[in-house]
Amino acid sequence: MGEKRKIALTVNGRRYEEEVEVRVTLADFVRHQLGLTGTHLGCEHGVCGACTILFDGRSARSCLMLAVQADGHELLTVEGIAPSNDELHPIQQAFHEHHALQCGYCTPGILTTLIEFLRDNPDPTEREVRIGISGNLCRCTGYQNIVIATLAAAQTLKGIPEQKKWPQGSTPPGAAPPS
Amino acid sequence: MKPPPFSYHDPRTVGEAVGLLGSLENAKALAGGQSLMPMLNMRFVLPDHVIDLNRVAGLAYIRESADALEIGAMTRQRDLEYSDAVRAHWPIMHEALLQVGHRQTRNRGTIGGSLCHLDPAAELVSLAAGYDATVTVAGPKGERKIAFAEFPVAYMTPAIEPNELVVGVRFPRWSPQHSHAFIEFSRRHGDFAITSAAVLIEADGGGKITRASVTIGGMGTVPKRATEVEQAIVGQVPSAALFREACESCRKLEAIDDVHAPASYRQHLAAVLSRRALEKAHARLVERQGHRAN
Repeated sequence: MGEKRKIALTVNGRRYEEEVEVRVTLADFVRHQLGLTGTHLGCEHGVCGACTILFDGRSARSCLMLAVQADGHELLTVEGIAPSNDELHPIQQAFHEHHALQCGYCTPGILTTLIEFLRDNPDPTEREVRIGISGNLCRCTGYQNIVIATLAAAQTLKGIPEQKKWPQGSTPPGAAPPS
Repeated sequence: MKPPPFSYHDPRTVGEAVGLLGSLENAKALAGGQSLMPMLNMRFVLPDHVIDLNRVAGLAYIRESADALEIGAMTRQRDLEYSDAVRAHWPIMHEALLQVGHRQTRNRGTIGGSLCHLDPAAELVSLAAGYDATVTVAGPKGERKIAFAEFPVAYMTPAIEPNELVVGVRFPRWSPQHSHAFIEFSRRHGDFAITSAAVLIEADGGGKITRASVTIGGMGTVPKRATEVEQAIVGQVPSAALFREACESCRKLEAIDDVHAPASYRQHLAAVLSRRALEKAHARLVERQGHRAN
C-alpha cells in the first residue's frame, strides 16, 4: 500500500473521518470507501461528466481530484439531492416526469451539474441549458428530454421558498450566487 | 485508469512549495488538476512526488490597477469568468473563458495551470500572447518576471526552471475604447480549439486603426501573433477588403498536422477566423461609437 493520510470532510451533510491512500481519486473514495455508489465513473479522465459532484457548492469532476484534497471541505453527491427517502428534488421529479433518462448512467452527474446551474441561473433559455450540460455526455437520450425536464424544473423551483430549494452542501461557503 | 503511487505534499506558502520543488526529484506541481489529473489517471506521467498548490495561501486573487490586471496563479477560470473587472475592461477574456472547457472544469482549472501546461490551443495562452502578458515566477532566489513572448520555449514547455513556480500573471490594460473578439473552431463545445483567433483593436476618431493585436492559437507549437496582419491594418481605415486581404497572410503561418486536422486546413481556418474576428471587433467598435453619437 502507498502513502496514506487522515482526512475529515462533510458529504451530504454527514461528517466522515477516514484514512485514505493519497493517490486515490475523490470519485473512487466516495464510491469505494464511503459506499456512495451513486457517483458514476465513465471516462476517468475528465471528459464525460458522469462523476460530477459539488465541491464546496461548485460542480467538479471527482475523477480529477484526489480524496486528500477534500480534507476540510464539503461535498454534495447525487445521494444528497433528494430532501428525504420518499421525496424527490424538483429536478429529479422533472427528470422522472419528462423521461429525461434511459440507462441512467450519466444522470447523477447531470443532476449535480443542474443543481449548481439552476441555482446560478434560475430562468435559463434552452440554449443556456444546452451549454450548461455540455460537459456531461449522455449516449441514450439525445439530450432533448433532459433539456425539457431542466426547463420544467426551473419553473417548479420558482414556486419553492429559497431555503427549501437547494440541498445542504450545494451553496458555496460565504459566496453570493454569481449574477 | 488510476493514478500511480506517489508521495503527496501540500505546502502552505510559496516558499515551502519552491523549497519542495527544489529538493524533490521527479516532482509535479498540481494546480487545478484539469490536465495533470487525467495524465496521472492514464499514467502518462509517473511522478514520485505531487506538490499540491491548492492550500498555498495568497495565490488566488484578481487585482485591477490603473494600467493592468494582476491575476494570482491559482485563480480559478470560473472566478475570472465572473469577475466584473474582467467583464468591463478585459472583455475578450470573458469571451474566451466561456469557450474554456465546461463549467465543471472552469470551477477547478486555474490560470497558472493553463499557462504552465501551455497547450498551443488553450484560450488563456492565446490571450497571454495577445496582451504581451508578463508572468511572475518564484524561485529559490526570489521572484523574476518573464515577458510572455519569451515564456514558451518549445511545445508545451514554459521557460521556468524545475525549482520555480508561476505565482502570477499581468495583463496590460488597453484603452477604454478598444474592441475585441475571440473566435475559435472546435468539433464540440468546450473542446480545445483546432484553431482560434484573438483580436484586440483600437481606432482614432476618424475610424483609422491605431493599434492591433492578432493571435492565432492551435496552429503551431505555441500561439503565434500574426504580425503581418497587425502591420497591414494599423494606420488603415477598416473595410471588408482590407481585412480579407490582410488575413490571407495567415495561410503562410507554420501549422501542425495531427489527428484533428491537416496543416492546410488549420492555415485556412487561421485566415478565415482572423478575418471574422477582425470584422466582429470592428462591428463592436462601430456599434459602440454609434451609441455614443446618439
